[in-house]
Amino acid sequence: MDLVQMQKSLQDYTKSLFLEGVLDSQFLQLQQLQDESNPDFVSQVVTLFFQDSDRILNDLSLSLDQQVVDFKKVDPHVHQLKGSSSSIGAQRVKNACVVFRNFCEQQNVEACHRCLQQVKQEYYLVKNRLETLFKLEQQIVASGGMIPAMELGF
Amino acid sequence: MSIACELSNPNLKKTKAETIVGNWTSKKILLFRVLCGLVCISLVLWLCLSFYVGSLCICNKDAESSKGVLFRNHNVTRSEIDAMLSLFFDSNQVTSFECRKESNPGMWESYGITCSLSTRLEKDEEAKRHVAELMSSSEASILDNLEENVEKEEDESGHQDVLFYLMNKWHWWFVLCVLVAAHFIFEFHRRKEVSFLQDKQQTQCKRDGKLRKNMLLLCIIAGVSLSVFWFWHTNEKILRQRRETLTNMCEERARVLQDQFNVSMNHVHALSILVSTFHHGKTPSAIDQKTFSEYTERTNFERPLTSGVAYALKVTHSEREKFEKEHGWTIKKMNPEDQTLVHEFDPAPVQDEYAPVIFAQETVSHLVSVDMMSGNEDRENILRARALGKGVLTSPFQLLKSNHLGVILTFAVYNTNLPHDATEEERIQATIGYLGASYDMPSLVEKLLQQLASKQTISVNVYDTTNASSVIKMYGSEVGDMSEEHISSLDFGDPFRKHEMHCRFTQKPPIPWLAIMPPGFALVITFLLGYIFNEAINRIATVEEDIRKVRELKARAEAADVAKSQFLATVSHEIRTPMVGVLGMLKLLMDTDLDAKQMDFAETAHGSGKDLISLINEVLDQAKIESGRLELESVPFDLRFLLDNISSLLSGKAAEKGIELAVYVSSHVPAVIIGDPGRFRQIITNLVGNSIKFTQEKGHIFISVHLTNEVREPFDTEDEILKQRLGSDETCNTLSGYPAVNATGSWRNFRTFQDHISSDKIELLVTVEDTGVGIPFEAQSRIFTPFMQADSSTSRTYGGTGIGLSISKRLVELMQGEIGFVSKPGVGTTFSFTGVFGKDSSVTALELFDQSIHEFQGLKALVIDSRNIRAEVTRYHLQRVGISSIDIASSLGTASTSCASKLVNLDLVLVDKDAWNKEEYVAFSDLLNSGQETYTRPPKILLLATFTTPLELSEIKSSGLVDEVLMKPLRMSVLICCLQETMGDGKKRQIKRKPKNLGSLLRGKHILVVDDTVVNRRVADAVLRKYKALVTCVDSGKAAVAMLKPPHDFDACFMDLQMPEMDGFEATRRVRDLEEEMNKKTDQSRKWHTPILAMTADVIQATNEKCIKCGMDGFVSKPFEEEELYSSVARFFDK
Repeated sequence: MDLVQMQKSLQDYTKSLFLEGVLDSQFLQLQQLQDESNPDFVSQVVTLFFQDSDRILNDLSLSLDQQVVDFKKVDPHVHQLKGSSSSIGAQRVKNACVVFRNFCEQQNVEACHRCLQQVKQEYYLVKNRLETLFKLEQQIVASGGMIPAMELGF
Repeated sequence: MSIACELSNPNLKKTKAETIVGNWTSKKILLFRVLCGLVCISLVLWLCLSFYVGSLCICNKDAESSKGVLFRNHNVTRSEIDAMLSLFFDSNQVTSFECRKESNPGMWESYGITCSLSTRLEKDEEAKRHVAELMSSSEASILDNLEENVEKEEDESGHQDVLFYLMNKWHWWFVLCVLVAAHFIFEFHRRKEVSFLQDKQQTQCKRDGKLRKNMLLLCIIAGVSLSVFWFWHTNEKILRQRRETLTNMCEERARVLQDQFNVSMNHVHALSILVSTFHHGKTPSAIDQKTFSEYTERTNFERPLTSGVAYALKVTHSEREKFEKEHGWTIKKMNPEDQTLVHEFDPAPVQDEYAPVIFAQETVSHLVSVDMMSGNEDRENILRARALGKGVLTSPFQLLKSNHLGVILTFAVYNTNLPHDATEEERIQATIGYLGASYDMPSLVEKLLQQLASKQTISVNVYDTTNASSVIKMYGSEVGDMSEEHISSLDFGDPFRKHEMHCRFTQKPPIPWLAIMPPGFALVITFLLGYIFNEAINRIATVEEDIRKVRELKARAEAADVAKSQFLATVSHEIRTPMVGVLGMLKLLMDTDLDAKQMDFAETAHGSGKDLISLINEVLDQAKIESGRLELESVPFDLRFLLDNISSLLSGKAAEKGIELAVYVSSHVPAVIIGDPGRFRQIITNLVGNSIKFTQEKGHIFISVHLTNEVREPFDTEDEILKQRLGSDETCNTLSGYPAVNATGSWRNFRTFQDHISSDKIELLVTVEDTGVGIPFEAQSRIFTPFMQADSSTSRTYGGTGIGLSISKRLVELMQGEIGFVSKPGVGTTFSFTGVFGKDSSVTALELFDQSIHEFQGLKALVIDSRNIRAEVTRYHLQRVGISSIDIASSLGTASTSCASKLVNLDLVLVDKDAWNKEEYVAFSDLLNSGQETYTRPPKILLLATFTTPLELSEIKSSGLVDEVLMKPLRMSVLICCLQETMGDGKKRQIKRKPKNLGSLLRGKHILVVDDTVVNRRVADAVLRKYKALVTCVDSGKAAVAMLKPPHDFDACFMDLQMPEMDGFEATRRVRDLEEEMNKKTDQSRKWHTPILAMTADVIQATNEKCIKCGMDGFVSKPFEEEELYSSVARFFDK
């Protein structure tokens, strides 16, 4: 694949992420924060997010599998996840977390289990997409191209 | 699924149905009671009436009959009365006669008057003796008759009284029965009602049925007994009438017979006087045998009942010889064995006295010379006659010759005029002879009966009952109906003899059809009614049973429906999880090195998977809604921004098909409303998605949002779009120029338009108008039914499942709104829905482009568009970015000619591509430039295009005629971008300056970021670092407190609110405590107060207040917005 095509496909792919609602404008802002002084900022943050989220999800699964679910423990986890996902613009994860928190307030164990599944799905989806995105970017960088700036508005 | 929706409120329905049933039953009961009452009243009335009429009839009949009797009695003695009239022509006789006539109606009066008549007669002394005698005898008979009649009448009236009394009793009993029955029915129904309310169990139904059957049985029994009673009553009446008829006829016959007999007797009496006058009074005798026989023969018509008369002389034994010599024959003895020949009679044996017949009528001439004293009967008769001085009768015996039963009437003839009070002795002494007349009884009665009417119907027997032990039958035969007999006594003027007349009907009583028929009919009707009611009761029982079954089935169906929804929800969810995996893997696969074919396969698989996921999402939604688990969020959101998002999402698809997409929000709609943006978005996406699907290569899709208040008071609206909407039903003045259906049709049906909502709520009316194929009329009714498309071919042509509209409807209902549509096949469809949202005027922070908007305030713009609506939409978008003075021209030509004055000081000209015309434009731009000469900056020309090929675009751009091309649908962000770009470097720089400002503001500042989430820390760090701030990050509240313990050199702190162990509020409080302490301790001029800003994702007023309360200085939303960050931080650093 030539560079132009790669750039185009990257652009399309990013756009599709926005269209599907996987990412929102916050991600664009993150991208804007990335500059010469901090070239891998986005991927760093995202990696952090992945590590953090993996941990949180693990914790969540554990706490929800308890005989007696301690919602006081569960809720901060979800809140954290919500905060971090909104920071990187993982919109769907964030939305799922909002729902999750609602059920936490209601102390609905069954619904929480479902929500956890949902959050996990969304998380894996965004992880998947972002990894793909970074791979594309790396390919472009490797072939000596510039990563095109995303236009504002999505 | 529709069942589920139907049954979503089953209790309500049930109660409704119950109340309906209750109403119905109560109505039925009322009807039944009214019916019962009517029946009772009519029965009572009928009974009363029938008794009254019956008694009246009887009275009348009695009066009639008595009148008849009276009249006949008078009639019989008509001749006497005539004679009487001639005699007593003077004085009161006439009045008494008149009185008699008047007396007809009543028996009592007639009695009295006849009495007066008789007294009057008695008073009259100067009447001739003959007439007087005649009169008195007839009068006596009349009186007797009357007396008898009166007695009978009295008797009968007494009987009637008793009967009526009885009837009355009966009828009261009946009324009582009816009342009791009515009470029973009432009780029964009340109990039924009560029990109906209490429980509606099957047993109850059965018991009801049984009770009803019992009631029916009771009614039938009542009906049957009523008919029987009726029959009995009528039959009695008929029998009574028959008896009365018999009585009347019998009496009539008896009286007539008696009268006739008496008349004959009087004649015989007269004859005796004749003999005494002319035979004994004259010497020599004026009568001999020949004269006597001639005379009697000629006057025989006066005595039609006598077969013959004879005169016998009283001869003592001493005179016998002289007598025998005188007449030349010997006195003969009567021979009972052989009475044929006189000559064979033996001479009479020696006796004290003889009574030889000297004169005899021709018919009995054989009796001459026979000694009447020799016959036992005759002798006794003669002795009695001369002692009494009246006519006496023998007991019936076989008459001589005729062999008929007959009686002999004997009168004594005296030689002197005896006074009335003469003694027996004097009478015997004065006796000189005896006149006898024989009556032939059978022929007498026969002749009489011949004269009377209806002789066939009754048979008459006449008996001599002088000797009670041996009754002698004088006339009649033992035929006829033996069951009923009437006995009338006869008085033939001989007090010694007693006679009776027995009457009976010749025929048995006929079958009383009159009595049988009506009760028979009543019986039949009763049975028919019974049958009908029985059927009805059976039917009710069946229906009740059916209802019970239906209820059961309904309950089961409801349960099944809930189970189904739950199943769907679970399964859909379970399918989604692996599907996501499949999709993810496919996406990864597509990222690997694939050749074109493989890529195609993978893309198809991915596309299909995505479709499946969206379908599952929809089904999940549907199931969630149905099982009632879907709850709407309530968060503030910017409606316009949301619509921008939707339009940008869908613009791609719309552009592909060449459809113009436009959004318009009325200026009355607040910027921020509270509701569920996700679901709102879903509804609109659904509708618009459908519109795109069903619109072919032309036309437009137009989303407009108004307040329902605006529509409710349409006449004072200033909204151009609404004005146009309310104009006509179908119009071509639309966005794209293609005709569309007007939405007002569906608005009219909205209930919410009528009721007002509370002031803190607003109701939005959203309309999605398209120019698609439209919905066929026959499919319009089921368009909101899940999985139901207009027709089966739809899914083939357009795809989709048809679940979207159903979900939308449910969502709208959750938003307390309504959805409706107007569609015209071939023209298009317009969907409208309403929804209630919260109003929150205090939150304006959601204005994302707040800062930029100020940049454009005061700009002057001109919109050139051939379509009015589209120009309005453009105006709306321009107003959103803050441009307030906007003019509209329909074309470049008109803009350059008519609106020349408006062109002055223009900053911006927006030209729609449809109105674009190069030649006109050149003229226009010349004009523009000439108008703008004094200004340094010429107005910017923007071209609005819906869909352009890149080639066209570049052509237009390169032509240099326009500054920028704006792609529709217009969106705020795009518009702002575009305007910023085009409005020149000055402005652009100004915008760019800001981050620099922020940078300079934050440059070198020590900032502490507190967040437990590493990602957030990293991002915040990066953002702040970008503005050259010196950032330190800590991950907990405790650490933050430690860091902020004075003295320190942080200029500000960004604090996350929700953290484990110690949250932001608590940390802030502690920091403030520490600072307070420090401030007290040191008492220096510098007061420690580190600005602490909350970082929060929940931009809710409550949180904000809480932040301030615990000592924070402000808050920024997370993730950071540049402008917001700037404005918050500026308060502390911009000094």
